[in-house]
Order: sequence, then structure tokens, then C-alpha cells
Amino acid sequence: MTLNKSKELLLEMKNIHIDGFSDERWHKILKGVDLTLHRGEILGLIGESGAGKSTMGKAAMGYTQPGCKIIKGEINFNGIDLAKLTEFEKRKIWGTKISYVAQSAAASFNPAHRLMDQTISAANRLKINPTDVLKKDAVQLYESLQLPDAENIGDRYPHQVSGGQLQRIMTAMAMSPRPELIIFDEPTTALDVTTQVEVLSAMRSIVDKFNTAAIYITHDLAVVAQMADRIKVLRYGEEVEEAETRDMLSNPKEEYTKSLWSVRSLIKPEETNEDYMLSIKNIDAAYGSSKVLHNVSIDIPKGKTVAIVGESGSGKSTTARVITGLLPQLKGEIIFDGKKLSPKLEQRSKEELRRIQIIFQMPDTAMNPRQTVDEIIGRPIEFYQGIKGKEREAKVIELLKMIELDETFLDRLPSELSGGQKQRICIARALAANPDLIICDEVTSALDQIVQEGILKLLQKLQKELGVTYIFITHDIATVKAISDEIVVMYQGEVVEQGLKSKILNPPYPDYTELLLSSVPEMDPDWLTNLLNKRSS
Amino acid sequence: MLRLSLGLVTVFAFSVIIFSTFSFLPGDFATEILGQSATKSAVKALRAELGLDKPPVTRYFDWLGNVFQGDFGSSFSGRSKVQGDQGDRSREVVGLIVPRLKNTLFLTGVAAMLAIPLSLILGISAALYRNSYYDRSATGVSLVTVSSPEFFTAYIFILLLATLFPVFPTISNVDEASTLAERFYRTALPVFTLTLITMGHMMRMTRSAIINILSSEYIEMAKLSGASRYEVIVKHALPNAWAPISQVIAINLAYMLIGSVVVEYVFNYQGIGRLMVGSVYNRDLPVVQACALIFASTYVILNLIADLIGIISNPRLLYPK
Repeated sequence: MTLNKSKELLLEMKNIHIDGFSDERWHKILKGVDLTLHRGEILGLIGESGAGKSTMGKAAMGYTQPGCKIIKGEINFNGIDLAKLTEFEKRKIWGTKISYVAQSAAASFNPAHRLMDQTISAANRLKINPTDVLKKDAVQLYESLQLPDAENIGDRYPHQVSGGQLQRIMTAMAMSPRPELIIFDEPTTALDVTTQVEVLSAMRSIVDKFNTAAIYITHDLAVVAQMADRIKVLRYGEEVEEAETRDMLSNPKEEYTKSLWSVRSLIKPEETNEDYMLSIKNIDAAYGSSKVLHNVSIDIPKGKTVAIVGESGSGKSTTARVITGLLPQLKGEIIFDGKKLSPKLEQRSKEELRRIQIIFQMPDTAMNPRQTVDEIIGRPIEFYQGIKGKEREAKVIELLKMIELDETFLDRLPSELSGGQKQRICIARALAANPDLIICDEVTSALDQIVQEGILKLLQKLQKELGVTYIFITHDIATVKAISDEIVVMYQGEVVEQGLKSKILNPPYPDYTELLLSSVPEMDPDWLTNLLNKRSS
Repeated sequence: MLRLSLGLVTVFAFSVIIFSTFSFLPGDFATEILGQSATKSAVKALRAELGLDKPPVTRYFDWLGNVFQGDFGSSFSGRSKVQGDQGDRSREVVGLIVPRLKNTLFLTGVAAMLAIPLSLILGISAALYRNSYYDRSATGVSLVTVSSPEFFTAYIFILLLATLFPVFPTISNVDEASTLAERFYRTALPVFTLTLITMGHMMRMTRSAIINILSSEYIEMAKLSGASRYEVIVKHALPNAWAPISQVIAINLAYMLIGSVVVEYVFNYQGIGRLMVGSVYNRDLPVVQACALIFASTYVILNLIADLIGIISNPRLLYPK
């Protein structure tokens, strides 16, 4: 981030109103947002889901998603009002003057074409440089984005490279026609923290190198702090505040902005227990012929929370599947409350099933969309405890109160609930079985920061009241700090270390834990620069 | 390889089914040919001559063994009734089927060559101009053509193009001596009928396969990188739609072959479909078996080709990680 950037105006959006059509009616998505961007400047756009930040980013190109329309406003890009251009005229700007980097690189590349062809397709359309020159340039871009085997990686198909690499290739694709503006739409949200660091630094250096202006959209304040010169906070389609990055972080004016990183302030004192609820010993497990768990041993103390952390593919969720019996282990044993559990789900008793419950990452897909809240929570009560009729209803209401909702929710369908409410219902469903152990598989990662905080507080409260034990699977270190007593670090199907939170989160670290912890973005805008300096030295 | 052997199993199972269904039909060739008044001994003698007195399982395996040697046996109906006049006038099934098979393949081949490109073009353009009047009328008309039975479509064509405006002949009799131009002219109406009944389905599936893909993220990405509407459909959507499209084409080609049974009958065309209907009527088992086997293998082969296209057009299957 160089501070002496030119003050030449590149993009000026005035009073943008956008409506979207869903559920049979028009909703206001953006309600009069302004935005200015100078050449070579990076603006961070942050907010929760539904804040309209993505819509704003796309509107900067004069594009709206199908089902949305620009009602009012000017989008002056280099003196041209994009809102007034026809599709045909806009196409000459898209991809060449303004390019776009999407969130999910895996879904945004066409699976049928080679990466190189996709990288240079927009630049090819300009017909300024011949294809072989463009290809050479793309290889150089790949190199400066630190892609392995830059010479040949373009010959591969999208499914043959990893998510982090795809995201960098998409940045190369955006950069290939040397645009004046790049829109980054949550480009690292789907990546692991260790990969995120690489991608962030690659993006930042290349944007710096060509002095390209950018709009960086994200919900993660710590990430945007590393990238942006200025930050704009959106909520419900309106601007909350805007300031230079350093000012914003040191001195946020609005309550809402402060609340955005409140989850990071949630801290739980650690405790442990010599009495184990569950011990798994020397577990090996495999999907088909590919082995994913190697000699995994974990102890879960009674009434406490153990967080299992690791990147995707580290075997966290597989461990959960083995514990629940969904995936029988090849080797090793599971001791639950002093008794050995049979590996196969079918051979476990109803009582054993009742005592271990699981809550999933996506509450949307974990509930039957045609069942009401009453049916969803009522069924485990009936099934495990045999309680019916009036008593059952009283029990359902009691559970709803426990998760801070009330009986007005009884007749609602999952589609009539917000994301946070859905996850609460899933928690109530798990509690309805009156379990001793609940496995929480990334339960907060699909939720916004503020909602996350609510769910984490609720889980802590329930543990205090009911003494239930949690296994908390996550890749988010902030969540781990907030909720766990003990931490298990996993990497490539093996346990790297297990211990009390204070021990794991403080030096000395094993190499992998060090890498993982140091990759978690911090609010400090110099964090990435310092980290990269430290790693290269 | 697995697909290939599965295909063979399917054909085999099919031949068993055909064979056993025939055993359940009332009467056999002997009773059918000698009529109601035949004496029991005459029927018995004919059965012995044709080998119908053996148990069905033995007959099936005899037949199967011969098929593997390329011998589909002799037709019952052409057989000499005079003892000792050993099979001079009897007709070999192969000799009976081959010219007719050629005719049918010609008919369906021409129809396919007309129907496939037409429905692809119509389907792609309907997807390109989705929800336009063109799209709506194309999908609407195709629904009508899909839902009309082939004999109905055939009679409409006869009414329009042979009776009201006598452009084409109603009877499509061709023989060895017919020239190619003559063949095209004579088979015009059955070709149109087959084209029309299969085109609707293919066109609609092409359209929906492409529209399905248009909602993917990489299509939005292509648009945002400045690709034109045409480029989005042809370069970005179509390559990913080949697998479902080739499946539906395979099904329709098979359907066309089966549809030719009715169409050949209507237009009195000397094809394999007509031969099969006649042979079922006569309980001429060797001919029916051979025809059925041909239909079944065509179906299996078409599906194999469609699977192959699906694999070739998908880099994920062609180049594993």
C-alpha cells in the first residue's frame, strides 16, 4: 500500500438504488449508496450477507444479476455513465477495462476449457496482441502470482488444480487485459487460512505492480484491513460509515462497525477434567481405497469443549463421522463413557445413538423443508424418550425457550426462518434427545459474525446449564478461542497435537500449528506485510 | 469395458425375454399354417420337421449357438412342405433380413441426418432467445409433435402432401433397382414423419440442457468478462451440455428405429419393422428373434456411443487428477 496515490477519479457511483425480485415481490437491495474510487486505489467493501455489498460491486460494472434492476443512480466510469449503456456497449468494457474475480473459483471456471484459454479469452477479444504474446504474458502473471509450474499450469483443466491455485489463476485472468479496475468479490472466503495468506499476498502485490484500482468485497474485517486503502461498511443496503483503513480500525465511529469484530472478543476461561466422556484410540479410516485418518487418538473430557481445528482435508469431519458411526473405522476403538462403541451405526443401541448427537454446518440442508419446527424438534423427543401428546408439546416449547425462541415458532417452516434461527432449531433438535455429547461440525461458519456470536454464547450457556460435552469442529481460530477448553490440531489425517487451549495457543508450537496460527488475519493493517517479511527472513 | 459387457448382458437378457414370450403365445407356426382343421398327426409332423417338438430350453440354446456362428436359421414360412426337397426354396433369415435392414437403416439414417442438426439448431437458438415469441412457439409446436402418435402424424402428411397437394407418393415401395434420387423421393413422407416425432424431444432437451447450464457461476463469469450472447451459449454452455444432449439423441434414434415399425406399415415400406410385424403374425420365430435382436443391439450400441461422447466431452472424466 503506497500512500501517495493519484487523486484522479476513476469511478464515481452516485445514489445507487437497486431492486431485486424474489418471493413474488420486489425488494430494495441498495437504497442510495455513493462510492468514489481513484486510480490505483483499493476500496474495501464490507458487511454481512444481505448487506448488498456484492450487488454494489457488480453494479460498479453496470451489471446486475438476473432478477435485479438498477432503479436510479449514476455509474460514472472514466466519464461514461455505465447505467445508460446498452448490453453491447457494456460488453466492450467488461473483462477488458473492468474485470471481476469471483468468490468460488472452482465454480467460476468453465470445466470444459483449459485454464490458459480462459485466462487470455478477455484479452484476446481486444485483438491488440496476438495469442502467443498473451500466452507469454499469462505465464509471467502466473509466475508473479507464485503459481507452481507457471510454464505448464495453463494446459490443465480447472479440476486438476487446487482451490487456492484457481483463485490466483482467476486473478491472472482478471489482470491479463490490464484493466483499470478489478472487482474482487469475496475471493478468499472459500479458502483455508494458510492458503488465504498466499492468495492475499499474491493479489496485493500484483495490484500494486500494475497500479490497478480495485474494489475488495468481503465480510472479514481483518482481511480487508490487509488489502484496502479505504473501507466502506454497508448494512441493509445503506452505508454505515467510510474511512481510511487505519482510522476505521483504530477508531470506528458507529456501534455497528464495532460489533462486526465482537466475536473476536468472546473469551472463555479454560477448564479440564480427567474423566473422559469419549476416547478414540488409534483410529484408521478410509473412503473406498483412499485412507483419510491415520492413527488418530483423541480424548474428550466430560462436560467440556474440545475444538478440532485444521484445514479442509485434514480429517476433522471424517473423525466426526467415525464417532457417530456413519463411517466405520478400519482399525482402533471408540470408548464412550467407559464402554466400547461398535463401529457400525446399525449395531449401536438406541440409547447409544441418543447420547451422541450432531449439528451440521448448513442448517438449510440439515432440516426437512416440509416439516414445521414442531415436527423437527418433536420427533427426537418421541423417538428417544417416547413422550407424546401434551407432554411432548410442553417439552418442545421448553426447548424453544432454551434456545431463546418461543412458541410462536411452532408452526413455521425452515424457509420462514433466518440463518441464525435455523441453526438454533438444529441445536434444539440435538438437545431434544437429551444427549451427553454434541458434535458441532462447523456450525457457525455459514453465519455472519454477529449471528455467530449469538450461537456461540447460546452453546456456552447450554453447557453451563446441562453439562453437555461438545466436540467443536472448525477452521476458524477466533471461534476456537471463544469456545474451547482443549484444542486438537489435525493435519492430513493425523493429530498434530492435543492439549489445553493455553498450551496450544502459546509457544512453543510445532511447525504446522505455527503456520496455522500465524495465518489467521489480524486487525492490524500491517499484519500481512510483517508476516511476509518474517516468513521470508 | 464394463459398459460393453453390461451391454452384451442386456442383449442376451432381451433374447431370453423374446424367446419366452413367444412360448406363451397361443398356437405356434404349425397350427397357424395348417389352420383349424388340421389333423393332429399333420401338426405333429410339421412340428417335428421345424424342431418345435423339442423343449423350449433346448431350442433356445440351439438357436443361440447358431447365432454365434452368424447363422440366424431359416424362416419357417418360406420352407418347402414337400419331404425330401431339402430347403431349396426355404429362405435363410439372414438373406431375408439384410436387404430390409438396409432399407430401414436408409430411412432412419436420412431422418436422423435431418432431425439431429435441425433440433440442435432449433434448441440452441431457442435457448439463445429464451422466452421470446420464437422460443415459445418452437417449444409449443414441439410439444404437439411429440405428443401425436406416429401413425397420426403420418396420415396428416399423407393428407397434406399426397392427397391435397400431390407432391410425394403415399406408398414408398423401393427395390434393388431404385436409384438414390428415387429412393429420396419415395421415402420423403416416412422420413418427414420420423423426423417430426423425434425432433421435438431432442430440441426441447437441448434447450433445457443449455438453459440449465446458463445458471452456473461460470456463465456469469463469462458474461462479466465480456463474452457475447452467442459466445456464452456456443463456447461456454454447449461444451458442457454434450453429455445430456447425446443421451437424448441416442434415445431418440432408438425410438426412431422402433417408430419405423409403424411408419413402414403405414407407407408400405419394405423395411425390417414391417417384416417383424408380419412374422409375429405368422409366429415365424426365427425371423422375429433376429429382428428383435437387431433392435436390442442397436439400442445398446447407441447408448454406448452416447456414453462415450459423454466421457470424451468431459475433461474431468478424460483427464483424471
